[in-house]
Amino acid sequence: MLLFGANFISNIGEEVAMVLFGIGFANLLFQKNLIKKIIGLNIMDSSVYLFLAEKGYIEGRLAPIVVNGIQDVNTYINPIPSGLVLTGIVVSVSVTALMLSLTVRLYRRYHTLDLDEISARLKKEGL
Amino acid sequence: MEKIREEKDMNESRQEENKKPTVYRIWRALKGQSEEKAEELTLEREQILDEKVLEKHRLDHEKMLEKTYDIEHNPIYGFFRRFYKVAGVLCCLALIIILLVQVSYLPPVGSSSNPGSNEVAAKYIEDGLQDTGAVNIVTGMILDYRAFDTFGESNVLFIATCTVLILLRNDKKKGKDSAEAEERRDSYYEPKNDVILQTITKVLVPIIFIFGIYVILNGHLSPGGGFSGGAIIGAGLILYLNAFGFQKIERFFTEKTYKWVSFGSLTFYCLAKSYSFYTGAHHLESGIPLGKAGAIISSGLILPLNICVGLVVACTMYAFFALFRKGGF
Repeated sequence: MLLFGANFISNIGEEVAMVLFGIGFANLLFQKNLIKKIIGLNIMDSSVYLFLAEKGYIEGRLAPIVVNGIQDVNTYINPIPSGLVLTGIVVSVSVTALMLSLTVRLYRRYHTLDLDEISARLKKEGL
Repeated sequence: MEKIREEKDMNESRQEENKKPTVYRIWRALKGQSEEKAEELTLEREQILDEKVLEKHRLDHEKMLEKTYDIEHNPIYGFFRRFYKVAGVLCCLALIIILLVQVSYLPPVGSSSNPGSNEVAAKYIEDGLQDTGAVNIVTGMILDYRAFDTFGESNVLFIATCTVLILLRNDKKKGKDSAEAEERRDSYYEPKNDVILQTITKVLVPIIFIFGIYVILNGHLSPGGGFSGGAIIGAGLILYLNAFGFQKIERFFTEKTYKWVSFGSLTFYCLAKSYSFYTGAHHLESGIPLGKAGAIISSGLILPLNICVGLVVACTMYAFFALFRKGGF
């Protein structure tokens, strides 16, 4: 436990995000099915959103919507990570759609989603 | 065969010519000498192997391939698989531990003295309402201070739809036996007239649409905005499509609709934001009155831009689904 810093307990949300990131990465490495690989990438995306949301959170403060005309910095949480998460979600949706369509094309040609089988057949065909 | 060889040789000699310095070639031209002709080179016939030998080579090659790609019995493959598993687990564990250690040294979550909440966030919160007129600070941020970022996002969605369209489009020129045609025939036999689904859809879809429109129009006043409202409307369209099929939805939403709605929204967004370059580029004033804070029609360009983004997102959601389902609209 000497390895870990002082904020190990208070940063538990961020720790969860990091563990999720590792799980998604393991999915990318170990799954042979292409669809499951894409699911792993989406888990990694979600972990990044969780991390950003945790970074913007300030305890005891309100969501960044002006209420009763109060415009004090000490009333609201940090609005910037929320905007960044929005960008991330849009890009992740586009990337997922692109990967899924490529997977559909691969399935039409090789009639399998197993990446090992596809690469073995590619090598056999001399490509 | 010979012709190809000839051309190749000619190309080679030309390449050699080009390697010589230009001065030399100009000097030669001045002396009256022509450039070397490729026809003067002698050609050699390629030696063709006996057909039997070729056949033997081919069989040997196939045997070797079979042995190499016999994944179950090849010992090298087995070793590699075990090594890959162990190394992969170690790699993931190392990654997680490194990240956890790093995170445990970050400033604590929820404290107000984090380096993230610096003067930029303070500026957005303190001056956001006066600058943009939006009560929702995040909307004011993404559609006014960072409007070009959001424009890029909408374009990313549009480009992703175009790419999926290229990859999955139904080629009607292909014959009936192709895989695409088979999938098309599959979609005809899906159970369409499902009474439960249709009845629920009749009740739900108007509510979903109204809720989506509410979220879009209230983007600058409450949580929500173009992206979430557009996603809600897209979900409503997908539900309608699943209940009633493509023929019914084509009465009001076709490829043409998609094209014009996306094109129109993106063009309006682009023009609306480039216009502000001419009126005061450094703080991007649009010149449109901001109105009273908290009213629906307020905060200048944010409401129209929210509607544009919502339309693009709704069309994109529906287009993704339709393309994956049928390979067209």
